[in-house]
Amino acid sequence: MKRILLVVAVALLYFLHQDIWFWRTAHPLVFGFIPIGLFYQGCFSIAASLLMWLLVKQAWPVHLEQEMEQRESEEDAKH
Amino acid sequence: MIPAIVVFIYLASVLYIGIFAFRKAKSKKEAEDYFLASRSLGPFVFLFSLFGTNMTAFAILGSSGHAFQNGIVTFGLMASSSGLVIPLTIFFIGTRVWALGKKHGFMTPVQMFRDRWDCSHIGTVIFVVQSVLLVPYIIIGIMGGGTTLNVISGGFVPYWFGGAIVALVVMGYVFFGGMRGTAWVNTFQTILFLSFGALAIIVIGTGMGGFKSAVNAMLASPALAPLLTRERISPYYFFSYTFIPLSAIAFPHILIFCLTAEKMKHFQKTVIFYPLCILAIWLPCVFLGVMANRVSDVPQIRAKQEARRVLATQGRTMPPEARDELREESAGDDVIMLLLQRYAPLWLAGVLGAGIMAAVMASDSQILALSTMFTEDVFAFYGHKKRFGERVQVQTGRIFIVLITIFAYAVALRAPETIFELAIQYAFSGFAALSPLLVAALFWKGSTKWGALAATLWSAAAVVAIAVFQHIVPAPAPGPSIVFGKIGGWEVLSRTPGGTAIFGFMPVVPMVIISALLMWTVSLVTQKPDRATIAKYF
Repeated sequence: MKRILLVVAVALLYFLHQDIWFWRTAHPLVFGFIPIGLFYQGCFSIAASLLMWLLVKQAWPVHLEQEMEQRESEEDAKH
Repeated sequence: MIPAIVVFIYLASVLYIGIFAFRKAKSKKEAEDYFLASRSLGPFVFLFSLFGTNMTAFAILGSSGHAFQNGIVTFGLMASSSGLVIPLTIFFIGTRVWALGKKHGFMTPVQMFRDRWDCSHIGTVIFVVQSVLLVPYIIIGIMGGGTTLNVISGGFVPYWFGGAIVALVVMGYVFFGGMRGTAWVNTFQTILFLSFGALAIIVIGTGMGGFKSAVNAMLASPALAPLLTRERISPYYFFSYTFIPLSAIAFPHILIFCLTAEKMKHFQKTVIFYPLCILAIWLPCVFLGVMANRVSDVPQIRAKQEARRVLATQGRTMPPEARDELREESAGDDVIMLLLQRYAPLWLAGVLGAGIMAAVMASDSQILALSTMFTEDVFAFYGHKKRFGERVQVQTGRIFIVLITIFAYAVALRAPETIFELAIQYAFSGFAALSPLLVAALFWKGSTKWGALAATLWSAAAVVAIAVFQHIVPAPAPGPSIVFGKIGGWEVLSRTPGGTAIFGFMPVVPMVIISALLMWTVSLVTQKPDRATIAKYF
């Protein structure tokens, strides 16, 4: 279930990149000078960072990390 | 001249860091130490050097130049899509490649492919295609260096000389410092150009008397208002661009960089902060590129605006050569430097110029990657490492660095394309089409060497086909494209003012999809590697 939710989150963010709703307008101007389309895509970058944080917390390939740590400790023991 | 002096001081610092500051005692594995810094980079250096190596001249000069011509769409096209796709590929592919590299001692992607699919000469084909596609990327760095030094010095340093200086400095620290020197230089450069964006926007914004009046004036102008929206760009084209960042993980220098981390957990900060780093550098550059359209007291910018106006109004009646000339005149790769010259005090323009140079000089890791690939995938693979030893292997790598730099410089002097176009049209699309190889190698037991060969040959052929097509059919003037065939209202193939479109999409979309399909279908009908090989990976 967790895996499905994460896949949905990634797919949703990918879809949200295609913001056709702000395609033909510069308004509202955020802070009086940033066109909304540019501001939206800036916020999208922050959302991408949050998504990556979520993936690191919830889907980190721990098995690879453990395997490598085990190998390293075995090699240290040999030496 | 003062800004140019500051930039020269910066270049000397970079050379010092790369050559002397981080040389370490020779380890037992001489090749691994030179080419991969003994797989020992810490989290801070790993994040900044990996990010820095992926940000080229393109990040500052190309982005602001593209935004000057096309408006705010530039950020969504390249930056925010990269901020999502690149960390995802590093998360899913980079970590696995790191673990396999540590486990089996791989130093290049081709070594992994050869082992994974029990192949030898097919690996050599992949090496050749990767190398040919990587060279344009190196050329971008040298071209950017020439442009930057020329503009910063007010024309005192000619383009050819600026390019030569950048090539020599990069070659110097890569030659002596190897991966360790390159990684530390990249870290220093990344810090510098990350601070560039904020500083540039404050200085130029203050100089322009704030951005509010400039934006409102643009909105009131029918010719400039569309630059603040995306109405001139098709949603298909916008969507296509999300395929381009797939190239990042397929670039050998990025994948090789993934092998340099000391621990896997170092990837965590990298993937989380990557989108924020992109935001910090691209947003100011794109915005300033757009704002340059409101600058009327810089003669060079006015000349660009005038060239663009003539191209739009009279372009259709002009011969292709005249159109190309106007296109080059209107190209905006140097607008951000012109803004700095106009609005920043001299010393600050020098510091900011150094920030631009930092981004421009990202070709170091590509040069090192090519050298690593040549010495591992060709020199060592064909038995020369056993015959001559590791020391000769490293020396061969160094000679290769010199030769490839000279070659790239010679091409940079003749290349007529703008930085942005050159990068997109050849290297990025080609590497994006190679990304299915990595996915198949790491996640699909059933993939075979024949599938990999089919996908590789397709990627190479598609890049050549686009280059030939665009050479034969000159770009039309701004406006309608030249269409070749229609099916049900869809334009099958068209030559657009900016490149090529297939069913309205950029060529990268069919290139990636067909590459993945070839990998899949050919693998289904060909013999799999033996069980022992597959067991090493799954």
